[in-house]
Parts: sequence; structure tokens; C-alpha cells
Amino acid sequence: MGFRHDVEAAIPALRRYARALTRDGDAADDLVQDTLVRALRSEHLFHAGDVRSWLYTILTNLNRNRLRSLSRRPTLMPMDENDAADMAGPEAGGRDVERALARLAEEQRVALLLVVLEGLSYREVAEIQGVPIGTVMSRLARARAQVKAYLDGERPMLRRVK
Amino acid sequence: MVGREPPVSDDELHAYVDGELPESRRAAIEAWLAAHPEDAARAASWRAHAELIRVRYGGVARSPVPAHLVLDRLARAERKWTWFAAAAVLAAFLLGGASGWYGRAAFIAVPAPVAQRVTAEALDAHKLYVAEVRHPIEVPAEASHLIPWLSRRVGSTLRAPDLGSFGLKLMGGRLLPGQTGKPAAMFMYETVSGERYTLYCARATAPETALHYNAAGQVAAVYWGDGDLGFVVSGPADREQLLKIAQAAYEQLDRRGRSNS
Repeated sequence: MGFRHDVEAAIPALRRYARALTRDGDAADDLVQDTLVRALRSEHLFHAGDVRSWLYTILTNLNRNRLRSLSRRPTLMPMDENDAADMAGPEAGGRDVERALARLAEEQRVALLLVVLEGLSYREVAEIQGVPIGTVMSRLARARAQVKAYLDGERPMLRRVK
Repeated sequence: MVGREPPVSDDELHAYVDGELPESRRAAIEAWLAAHPEDAARAASWRAHAELIRVRYGGVARSPVPAHLVLDRLARAERKWTWFAAAAVLAAFLLGGASGWYGRAAFIAVPAPVAQRVTAEALDAHKLYVAEVRHPIEVPAEASHLIPWLSRRVGSTLRAPDLGSFGLKLMGGRLLPGQTGKPAAMFMYETVSGERYTLYCARATAPETALHYNAAGQVAAVYWGDGDLGFVVSGPADREQLLKIAQAAYEQLDRRGRSNS
């Protein structure tokens, strides 16, 4: 019963992570559903460890498959207006963040979101991505530099010619 | 004092911002930041951007979990998936219909990407050709080469099921580019009143055996897999009727499959 309970408790956070990862509400919930189904199916394979990390791993891998299959056909970008309604917070800033995330390479986006949004440790992220901690840190650094460049570039006030 | 300290690396700055730094290094980093405003500004911007991300997406975790993601329901669907063969899953699907429809495929396991792609292609083809007045099909049903030709091109023995009990008459078929350019076949049927249905057959790796109903506006599709083929029946979005037609097609095609093997 502990397993089911842990999975259930992780669903809100998985939805948040999936939404930020895909920036598309429907695709995000499809990913979460797929993740949960797979987790239930392989419940008997799960012996020890952190259920939450395992779920993040499944979702991250499923999204990589999704991106691969999407790359074979034209991408359908969700309109910002469609999901602005269910978002709290400053809308304009939110869209900038969304675009900044969209520009990142997938593995950088994963590293940044798992650390910043999901609050996971470098070690946990390294296990989820299957890479050494040093790689996670360089992905994180590159992601942050790009987000900063994009968001700063968006604000003409800060652009100054020396 | 700062001059005697070893320089702080970017890795340490990130670790500091993320709370990953050992307590023993904190004071040194803080002293460094006080003396290096550019690094302090970078660290501050990382924090600010992290906050923007949390503000943007935090609401998702606080909003109610939609019904199709409720674990008990998914677990129930999983048990059905595990216990029944394709035919039984179909029966469960039809029975499930009586107890209500909760949006996207909540009863049976999630459609695999293959199923989604084949269904999307079938619906695209359906919408395009069903609207054709003069040339909805390429080869008419009367032509004796229709089935052998499409079977040869798709690379599997095909058959156009007899859907006469639904008032559907086979008009004919056509060849289409399917997944990654592989040939796919489409059969079109018509009622006397001009309602058109199509059966799409494409090679699909690891197709699923469950039936998936998928409504897209005015038209809907039912997908199932059999061996190395994926099938999609598309027609007007009437769930009961479309499932009955798909079931009839499924049974006829399945019988063929078994007698051949």
C-alpha cells in the first residue's frame, strides 16, 4: 500500500514538472498518465529506493521518446492564450519564462527544472538523467546562462551600448 | 581577507544558490560575493529566474488532479489490460461505455505513441477523402485487383470486411503514404444516405491490441492493433455506432488472421 500511496502523493508535482517540460497542458497530462500506467505495471519490479525519483525518471524518458516522434512531424505549438487562464502570477513574465525554457536543449531543461522547480538534489538529478553530477552541474550552468541571456535580452531597458 | 581566499568557481556559485554547498564553505562564498558584485548579480539573477519558473508553474501542482489521472481508476484499467485478451478488452470497453464516458481514454490503458500516430494519419486521410465528391477512392470495389494490390503494397494480407449489416457498402480503396512513408491502405464504405466510413490499415511496430476511441470534432476513430498491423475505423462521431462497426470489422479481420496462421 505504501507504493500506491507514494505514487499518488507525487501526482501534483509530476503534473507541474510535465507542464514545465512540455509547456502544453494536454501533452503534459498525457505524459503523467503514461508515467502512472507504467509505474503501476512495473510495481512488482520496484523494490527499494525513492518512488518519486523513479517517477521523474520515467516521465523524463517518456518525454524524450515523445520529442523524438514529434521531430518526425510538424510541431503543433500551443497558443499562449489557451492556457494563460489557469495560470496564476504575472502573465507577461510567465510567457517570457516559457519561451526561455523552450529554447533550451532538452537535457538542460530537465536539469534546470528538476533542481529549480522540483527541488531535487544534484545527486538525484544525476541518477534520473543517468549522468555524473559534474554533467548535471554543467547542464545547469548552461541552462541558467541561456535563460539569463534570453530574459535580459528581452528587456530593452537593460540593453546598453558601452 | 578576500585576496587570500582561493577564487570561487562557477560550480560553487550554483551549488550555493541551490543550497548544495557544504556549510563550511558558505561564509567564504558570501565574502566572495560581497567583494565581487558581478558574481553577486549573476547569483541574484539565477535566484530570480528560479522564482519566475516556480511562479509560472507552481499553480499546476495546486490545481485539482483531473479524473483521468486518478490512480484508482488507472489501476482498474490496468487490471483489465492484464487479464483480458483483445476480444475481452473490447467487451470491457463496450460495457464501460454504459457507465459513462470520462473524457479521454480513461478506461483502457493509454494509447501508445504508435497508436496515436496511426490514428492521426487515418483521421487526416479520412477527412480529406470522405469530402471528395468525384474521386473519393482510387480503385473501385468492383475491380478484382483492389485487395491483392493493396495487400502487396502494404505487405500483409488485407481484407475489406463486410459491413452490410450496418447498411455500409464498400466503395473501394486507395493507397496512402503511412508512417515514415511506408504504404498504408484505406477502404471506404458508404450508406445509402451518403454517410462514409473508412478502414485504414498500416504496418505498425508493436501495435496494441486494445481498442481506443478517439473523437476529433465531427469525426471519430477507433484504433486497434493485430499482429504487425494497426487498424483504424473512422466515421461520424457517434461513439456507440462506431464501436459496433469497429467491433464487426475487428471480428472479421481477426477470424481471417487466425485461420491463416
